[in-house]
Amino acid sequence: MTIEVRNLTKKFGDFAALDNVDLRVADGELLALLGPSGSGKTTLLRIIAGLDWPDSGEVSFDGENALSRGAGERHVGFVFQHYALFRHMTVFENVAFGLRVQPRAVRKDEAAIRARVKELLDLVQLDWLSDRYPSQLSGGQRQRIALARALAIEPRILLLDEPFGALDAKVRKELRQWLRTLHSEIHVTSIFVTHDQEEALEVANRVVVMDKGRIEQVGTPGDVYDNPATAFVHGFIGESIVLPVEVRDGAVRLDGKALNIAANGYAPGAAKLFIRRHDMQIGPAGSGSLEGSVKHVRSFGPIQRAEIALRGEGKTVIEIDAPRDRELQPGDTVSLQPRRYRLFAAQD
Amino acid sequence: MGLTLTWLSVIILIPLAGLFLKTFDLSLEQFWGIVTSRRTLNALKISFGLSFAAACVNLVMGMIVVWALVRYKFPGRRLFDAIVDIPFALPTAVAGVALTQLFAQKGWLGAPLAELGIKVAFTPIGIFIAMVFIGIPFVVRTVQPVLQDLDVEIEEAAASLGAGRWHTVFRVILPSLVPALLTGFALAFARAVGEYGSVIFIAGNLPNVSEIAPLLIVIRLSEFRYADATAIAVVMLMASFLIIFAVNRLQRWAQTRMPAQ
Amino acid sequence: MSEQALSHQPRDDVHTEPGAIRFVIVALAVLFLLVFVVLPLVVVFASAFSRGISAYFTALGQPEALAAIKLTLLIAAISVSLNLVFGVIAAWAIAKFDFAGKTFLISLIDLPFSVSPVISGLVFVLLFGAQGFFGPWLQAHDVRILFAVPGIALATIFVTFPFVARALIPLMQEQGTQEEEAAISLGASGLQTFFRVTLPNIKWGLLYGVLLCNARAMGEFGAVSVVSGHIRGETNTMPLLVEILYNEYQFVASFAIASLLAMLALITLLAKTILERRLDERQVPSDH
Repeated sequence: MTIEVRNLTKKFGDFAALDNVDLRVADGELLALLGPSGSGKTTLLRIIAGLDWPDSGEVSFDGENALSRGAGERHVGFVFQHYALFRHMTVFENVAFGLRVQPRAVRKDEAAIRARVKELLDLVQLDWLSDRYPSQLSGGQRQRIALARALAIEPRILLLDEPFGALDAKVRKELRQWLRTLHSEIHVTSIFVTHDQEEALEVANRVVVMDKGRIEQVGTPGDVYDNPATAFVHGFIGESIVLPVEVRDGAVRLDGKALNIAANGYAPGAAKLFIRRHDMQIGPAGSGSLEGSVKHVRSFGPIQRAEIALRGEGKTVIEIDAPRDRELQPGDTVSLQPRRYRLFAAQD
Repeated sequence: MGLTLTWLSVIILIPLAGLFLKTFDLSLEQFWGIVTSRRTLNALKISFGLSFAAACVNLVMGMIVVWALVRYKFPGRRLFDAIVDIPFALPTAVAGVALTQLFAQKGWLGAPLAELGIKVAFTPIGIFIAMVFIGIPFVVRTVQPVLQDLDVEIEEAAASLGAGRWHTVFRVILPSLVPALLTGFALAFARAVGEYGSVIFIAGNLPNVSEIAPLLIVIRLSEFRYADATAIAVVMLMASFLIIFAVNRLQRWAQTRMPAQ
Repeated sequence: MSEQALSHQPRDDVHTEPGAIRFVIVALAVLFLLVFVVLPLVVVFASAFSRGISAYFTALGQPEALAAIKLTLLIAAISVSLNLVFGVIAAWAIAKFDFAGKTFLISLIDLPFSVSPVISGLVFVLLFGAQGFFGPWLQAHDVRILFAVPGIALATIFVTFPFVARALIPLMQEQGTQEEEAAISLGASGLQTFFRVTLPNIKWGLLYGVLLCNARAMGEFGAVSVVSGHIRGETNTMPLLVEILYNEYQFVASFAIASLLAMLALITLLAKTILERRLDERQVPSDH
């Protein structure tokens, strides 16, 4: 099932939750909507599900208008952020709900319903919990039951709102992997919303980065990380060093001093220089275009993180990641050279 | 939705609108004449005055009852907690005859009081007693949850800053209960003003002395003086609207000043 | 603070008052409740049984007593069932949707609580009485509302309207709309969602509202007194009969009826206490 969203706009009062959004989701994709809170990602998901309605724009499934149908008719499986399990029903009845409320004509008989529920509970590996009530489950178990319940109606699309948001770090990691495996097994077009970049990059085939009701970039995880399209994406995904610079006479200048990097045709004027922490090369004093003194060094894992005060008027302090084998002491004077970088317009 | 609004209109809006429409049958002078006639004025004075006094008693006693119920453990505490709701649950006519029997000259409390020279039943004091009775749950039930939810830490903070218990209670705890206390007071007051059943038996119902406004409405109705009844009702209705309005403002104010944790 | 610390330095406990003050406050509270609440209740039963048990049951067996009981039950059945249906719809609309005039609707629902019962009765007299808006038309068509069952039912519905809605609104608001949305997204219709998801979640709150609504419907005096016309054996509910018998100095008979109403109040309170405990338990959030 492909999903196509065109010119979608939704306002809550004066606040534009979605501002002219266009998006195509291919069949069988596992897509992440990534953005800070208030970026409109949940609103987009709810409109696709039919739980909210846009002010204008179109949503179609396989080329067929979806907005003319209610949530119950779209065959969309929705997994809610806080799971929204029916607290007065057992796990079994929760999963069976979607089958039991079907019109009599198409409803399965009791035996078929039981078999289907059992199959789903097996799929999420929680068969042994079928007689429990939601309040007796752990967060991770509730999450998987919510997913089984959404899958019961054989959805054409699976939508998940912050699927791991309410879980602790360890369970989160396990479930991420599990969701990816599950998706490769059932292969239903899926969209999940998250504000956690690591989650989006690790689980999804494609990532949609949103901010202030707009789509900033759509791409594979590698794409959005390595080739961020906007300053927002660069700043939001991965950790970046941001330096205020000026492009003049074809050179990029910090505090008036030209850095030894190409402007890549960037128009003259104020700009922002974005560099990943690990893309800053450290060398002995005098070898690079930036000079600074090491203030503080912490080592963890394969890297060491150094706080370096740059020489110059700005008194800027930046954090860089260097390999462990490079000797760094507080007080050392070092020279820095960006290996990879991007320039974006200076506003915001 | 539409159905609800229709139902609400039929059962609440239309009847109330009818009441106000009826007053337009009267000229302003007529209305004023009725409302300021001696008997009406006295009835209103009795209703509002005694209600205010009763609400004051409920304010103080309600606070004491809440404090005992929330802060102390004593035998029968849960029972007494449940008992607080009785004036709310007991049909007013039952409360009326019971209070009258209790405070009549030969009653269990009436007899000893009579020996002291205090006559309760069939006097304004009786009205006051009945109003205290029906007002009890209001202060208790509005203040109780607030006191229960009050963070013990603020008391500990006050103590750690050197405040004695007296200071802690009067400078720290009670001020944070003020909105709830005032709300309870207003609700008890409003209820007492409109109260009919539990008051009329013990009141004596002497015009100008112990005749409450709701009773005067009933009397005017039985005399088919609909206009008079309506005029008094409108005055009372306006008063209760004012009180509701005050309560709502009070609660909004309390929320902005002390948002719930 | 541990028990031990308390016993070592009771005078320095920052959480409570000196023992003497504690005693005085508890004594005042208990005395106040005993005199103002317990004693009147005891008086009802003591007076009802003052001539013995047989006199009590003779009084209850009188035709007019039986007629009053029947009428009270009928009125309660009518008003509780209507307010049940509309209270649920009103609460649903208020708790789950945003719409213009919502605050107005809420105040409208609260209104009967803050209006004198006498005024509640009066408005119906003004509408349906001989000089009322619909009076002439009703007379011409020989329809009786005032001084008959419909009038009593209307007045009772008016004063008991808030109970069900008020009990449900906070409960429904707290539960939010996620479970309903889940049900809809799984293909349930509106009615299926209501009966399978919403209703099971609010059933205790609903019972609570119905209980209070019923108690008030059976015990309402002021409003009913104004519209009933006091026709013996026909339009006298139990509270009205209490008044009439009392004014005729038939104290045993009056208090016998009153004792039934008092028992209703006590049973209601007991059930309410149990329900409140149940509601508290259920309100422990289940998804944290």
